[in-house]
Amino acid sequence: MSEENKGKGKSKKNAGDLRIGVFVCHCGANIGGFLDVNAVAEYAAGLPNVVHAEHNLYSCAEDGLAAIRSAIEEYDLNRVVVASCTPRTHEPLFRENCEEAGVNKYLFEFANIRDQCSWVHMKDWDRATRKAEDLVRMAVARAALLEPQEEIELDIYPAAMVIGGGVSGMTSALSIARQGFDVHLVEKEGELGGMLRYLYNIFPENRRAEEVISELRERVENEDRLTVHLNARIDSIDGYYGNFEVALDEGEGLNRIKVGTVVVATGADEFEPEGLYAYGTDPRIVTQRQLESGLKEGRFSDLKEVVMIQCVGSRGQVLSYCSRVCCATAVKNALALKELFPGVRVEVLHNDIQVYGQRYEENYRRAREAGVRFKKYDPERRPEASVEDGELKVRFHHQLMDRDLEYHPDLVVLSTPLVMNEGGMEVARMLRVPMGGDKFMFEAHVKLRPVDFATDGLYLCGTCHGPADITESVSQANAAASHAVNPMARHIVETEAITASVNEDACIGCGFCAWACPYGAPKLEAREDGKLVSRINEALCKGCGTCAAGCPSYAITTRHFRNDQAMAMIHTAFPEPSKPGPDFEPQIIAFTCNWCSYAGADLAGVSRFQYPPNIRIIRFMCSGRIDPMFVFEALRSNADAVLVSGCHIGDCHYIDANYRTRERFEALEEVIAELDVEPERLRLAWISASEGQKFAETIKEMVEDVKKLGPFDKSRLVYKASERV
Amino acid sequence: MAEGKAKVLHEKEVMVVGGGVCGIQAALDLADKGFQVRMVEREPTIGGRMAILDKVFPTNDCSICILAPKMIMCYNHPNIDVMTYAEVKKVTGKAGDFKVTALKKPRYIEEDLCTGCGDCIEACVLAGEFPNKWDAGIGRRGAVYMPFLQAVPRIAVVDEESCLTLRKEKCKMPCLRACQRKAMNFKQKPAEVTLDNIGAIIVATGLEDYDPSEITEYGYGRYTNVITAMEYERLINASGPTGGHVHRFNDDQRPRRMGFIQCVGARDLRMGNPYCCSVCCMYATKDAMLAREHYPDIESYIFYTDLRAFGKGFDEYIRRGREEYGITYIRAKPGEVTEDPDTKNLFIWYEDLEEGGIKSMEVEFLVLSTAFVPFHGVENLAKTLGVELDEYGFFRAEDDLLNPLDSTRPGILVAGACQAPMDVTDSVEQGGGAANRAAEIIAQAGKKTVKKARKA
Repeated sequence: MSEENKGKGKSKKNAGDLRIGVFVCHCGANIGGFLDVNAVAEYAAGLPNVVHAEHNLYSCAEDGLAAIRSAIEEYDLNRVVVASCTPRTHEPLFRENCEEAGVNKYLFEFANIRDQCSWVHMKDWDRATRKAEDLVRMAVARAALLEPQEEIELDIYPAAMVIGGGVSGMTSALSIARQGFDVHLVEKEGELGGMLRYLYNIFPENRRAEEVISELRERVENEDRLTVHLNARIDSIDGYYGNFEVALDEGEGLNRIKVGTVVVATGADEFEPEGLYAYGTDPRIVTQRQLESGLKEGRFSDLKEVVMIQCVGSRGQVLSYCSRVCCATAVKNALALKELFPGVRVEVLHNDIQVYGQRYEENYRRAREAGVRFKKYDPERRPEASVEDGELKVRFHHQLMDRDLEYHPDLVVLSTPLVMNEGGMEVARMLRVPMGGDKFMFEAHVKLRPVDFATDGLYLCGTCHGPADITESVSQANAAASHAVNPMARHIVETEAITASVNEDACIGCGFCAWACPYGAPKLEAREDGKLVSRINEALCKGCGTCAAGCPSYAITTRHFRNDQAMAMIHTAFPEPSKPGPDFEPQIIAFTCNWCSYAGADLAGVSRFQYPPNIRIIRFMCSGRIDPMFVFEALRSNADAVLVSGCHIGDCHYIDANYRTRERFEALEEVIAELDVEPERLRLAWISASEGQKFAETIKEMVEDVKKLGPFDKSRLVYKASERV
Repeated sequence: MAEGKAKVLHEKEVMVVGGGVCGIQAALDLADKGFQVRMVEREPTIGGRMAILDKVFPTNDCSICILAPKMIMCYNHPNIDVMTYAEVKKVTGKAGDFKVTALKKPRYIEEDLCTGCGDCIEACVLAGEFPNKWDAGIGRRGAVYMPFLQAVPRIAVVDEESCLTLRKEKCKMPCLRACQRKAMNFKQKPAEVTLDNIGAIIVATGLEDYDPSEITEYGYGRYTNVITAMEYERLINASGPTGGHVHRFNDDQRPRRMGFIQCVGARDLRMGNPYCCSVCCMYATKDAMLAREHYPDIESYIFYTDLRAFGKGFDEYIRRGREEYGITYIRAKPGEVTEDPDTKNLFIWYEDLEEGGIKSMEVEFLVLSTAFVPFHGVENLAKTLGVELDEYGFFRAEDDLLNPLDSTRPGILVAGACQAPMDVTDSVEQGGGAANRAAEIIAQAGKKTVKKARKA
C-alpha cells in the first residue's frame, strides 16, 4: 500500500495545495483568562499555508465543532489545527469532526495551549501568550507535512481474563460469561472470596460474609462459560489488545491462555501497623480485620471495654490517603460488639468520622443511639496505646475539654487503611500499567474513565483501584465487565494507523530493527532482486518507532511520526537564539512519550503546578522513537538544552522499548562530553502519568541549571579533531 | 477508542432515562456493545448537572471541557437516539420485553430546521426577563432561550409559561421574523412516542438542590449576600452569567472574605435530611480554591461538621486546600447568621468545637453548601416505572450489596445520583455498570426465550 492511497477521505480536501485552518480555543477562561487568545489567533493567521484562523469560546462545544466544519467547507481546508487542551482527551472528538467534514482524521493536529501552557503559566500572561504562539507555529509546521492514514482492523480473540477472585473479580467474570463470552477467572489462593473471607458481617445489610461468598461462589461454579483457575500465578502476559497470551502457572507447567481483554481485580491488603500503638506487643491490640476474624471464630468473650482508634497509619501518619471504608467498618463492628456483648463500652477515637452517604450515616446514628461513643482527636496529638503491667492503656487528649483521658480497655482495635498488595503490583508491572502515588492502580481518567487503563483492552475494578466498599466494587466490576465485553461484541478491534514502514531502497538489511523491535514485527527477507530488506508485519507493529530511531540508514520511519515531521517542529520551536546576559531565558525542547511523560505534563496542568514557560514539548508515541539526531538538531536550532522523557523503566507501553531510549541516551551523553558540552544541557527523566509534580519540578530545575550556563554555543557541535590530544 | 463505529447487533433496544453524565456513560457503553439506545431526557439539553459545574474535584479539571465531547458523542452516535424535552409516561411488559410510552413536549421550534444561531433569542421581546435555572437563577433568559452555551442539541426552546404568544397575550412575534430558517412553530403539540422493543430500562435521573430558605437562621433569601453553592458555581464559571466574576449583590464589589457553611439541609434531623450528601466537603474546598485562583488575596473559611474526604486523592486535596490555598477549616455548625444592615456583611455565630467558646466571624459573602434531594416528581416517575423508592425518595436497589444497580422491578436498573447523592466518578461507574447489567439481562432473557421455544 503506498502512502498516498491509504487515506479514506478521498475528496480533493486531502490533496493539492496546503490549506491549513487554525482554531484557537478560549476554553471559557481556562485559556482566555491566562493568555491572549485573540493575539494567538491573529498570529496564526500569518503563518505559512494558513488560509484561515479564528478563535472560539469552546472549540469542543457543538457550535465550536460546527464552526470548524463550516470553515473546512468555506475555506476548502485540507489540514486542521486546534489549539486548546490535550490530544489525550479531545483528539478523538476533533478527528471525528474533521472526518465528518471530509478531512482525513490524520490531517488534524493539536496544539496543547491549556494543560501545557495556560494552566501552568497562570501568572505570566505575556510569556504564556508567546509560548502559545510558538506551540501553534510548531503544530502548523507539522500539519503541513501530515498525510492521510487508515486504521487497521484486527480480529479479537473472543474470551476475557479476570485476575483476582474476590467479590469484584467474581462479579465481573460472572457478568462477562452471562453475556455469552468465555472467561477465565484467575485466583492466586486456593479458594475464591478475597478479602471477604476474613470478614464477619457485611454492611449495609448486616449479612454474614460467609453467606455472601458462598452465594457468589455457587453462581460462579454453575456458570458454563466461566473457568476458575485456583492456586494460579501469572507468569507472563504477551501480545496486544484483542490478542493477549497469558502464561498461567498452575503447578504443572505453564498453561498458555489466549484472551482478547483483561480485567484486573487484584484487590488490596490491610495495612500492618508495625510499630504503631504498640501493635504486635500484645494479642489484645488488633486490627479491624483481626477483630472480625476473631468474632467469626468466637475468639472473644466477655468484653467490657473496647477502644477503637481510627486512621492508624493513614491520612498523614504513614500513608497520606484516607482509606474510605475504615470509619464505616468501625461503626459496623462497634454495633456488632454491642450486640454480642451487651453492656460493652465502645469508644471510637477518630479524626472525623467519614461515614458518607445515606446508609453509613444511618448506621453511625444507630451506633450513637446504642451507646457507642465517638471522640475526635487532634491529628497533631494522636492517642497513645501501651501495655503496662499486663494492662492495656490508651491515652487520649480531649480537644474540647483540653484534658488528657485514659482508658484501660480489654481490647484495642486499630482501623488501618487498605494498601495495594504485592500480587497486584506484580500484575501491574507485567501489564505495564501505571500505579499512582498511593500505589493503587492508576486509571485512564479519574472522573470519566475510572475502570479503564490508558492502554486499550485492559480494565480494572475493586480495591486495586483504591479503597472501596462492596457495593462500590460491584458497580465497578459491572462497568469493567462492560468494557471488556464491548470489543468482543463487535468482533474486531481497530488499531492505530501509526505503524512503521520501510523504504526498501535505502534499507541495507542489517537487521537492527528486527533486533530492537519489542514485538518482532520486522523480518529480513530477500527481495525478488535478491536484496536483503526488512519488512514489517503491520498486525504486530504497535508503532513505538524504536526501529526508526535506531535505523542506521534512515530507511525506516513511523507513519504520522516521521523524521521530517519531527524536524519541522524542532526547527520552528524557537525562531531566535536566546539572548545572553542577566535576562537570559533558556530555551528548552522536551521530547516526551505519549503515555507517561506527556500525560505527566498534562497532569501538572490540571493540578496547576506552575513552572517556567521555557519549554516546548514535542510528543512521540514512545521515548524509543527519539532519534539522537533530533537532540542534535534541537541544539542546532536555538535550543539551549534538551529534555528526553519517557515511562519509567519497566513501565513502557511498548514492552521494553524505553531500554533503547536509555541506551541511546547514554551514548548521547558520551558524545556530548566528547564535544565538551555541559552535561546539564541534556537531561533524561522518567516521568509517569501520575507524576505531574515531578514534571513541573524537573522543568524548574532544568531552567535554573541552564540559566547558570548561559546560551548554548552552537559551534560546539562542530567536531574539532585538532582539539583532540 | 472505537466509539461511533458500532452497528446494531442486538434485536432488543435499551432505554436510558436521563441524559446526565451517568446516563451518557450508560448510553455510550451500550451503543458500543451494539445496542440501539433510546435516551429520554426531560430537559431541552443533555449534560445534566455536570454540564453547569465550573470545575470537578480532585483534579480541578474543567467540567464542561471533559463532558462536552461525551455529550456530543452521545448525541451524534448512530446507535443512540436522543429524545430531549420528553418524559416517560407509561411502562408495560417485563424484563427483556418492555413497551414504553414517552411524551415529547413541544419546543415550539422545529428541531430539524433550527441551527442554533440564536437570532430568535435576541429578538424575543422578553429577552432577559426571566431567571435561567441553568444559571441557578442568577443569569437571565427570555421566553425563547438556550439553556447554556454548550447545550446539546443546540436547539432553542420556547418556554410555555414565559412566552406571550403561548400565554395568548399580545406579542409582535419578532422571533418569527428573526428566524431565517422558519423553524419557529407555535402550533406544535405534545407528541406521544411508543417504543415497543425495549429489553431493559436504565434510570439515571439525578437529583436536585435542597432549598435552604426553611433554615431561616442562615437567612437565605433574606440576606443579600447569602447564596447557595450552585449559585456560586455559576458565578465562578467563566461561561456563567458573570463571566466568572464573583461579586456581591448589593455593591457589585468582589468579596475579600468568604464563609462556607457545610451540611445545610443534610445530616440534620430537625430540618432537611438526615443523610450525608457525600460531596459537599469536597465541592466547598474546590469552591474556595477557585476563589483563590481568581483572587489571590481572598480568604475562605469553611464551617464543617465532619470533614469527609474519602475518595481517591480527596484527603490530599483538602490538605492542598489548607496548605496551598490558605483555606481555614473550622469545626462548628453555626447556629445563626446576622446581617449588618449597612455593609450587608454577614456575621456567622458558632460554637467552636475545637477550641471551645461561642464566637462570631464577619464575612462579606456566605455560601451555603446545600444538600441534595430527590428530584421534583420522582414519586410519579417511580409509579410509572413500577419501582420502589427508599425512605428519602431515592430509588431503592433490589439488593444493596450484590445487585446495587437493579431496582425493585426486574429489568429496570437505577444508576447515579437518583440512587443516592454521589460524585461524578461514582456516577460514571454506576452508569457503566448499569449498561452492563442491561446487556446481561437481555442476554439472559434471550436465553430463556430460546429454551422455551425449544421445549415447545
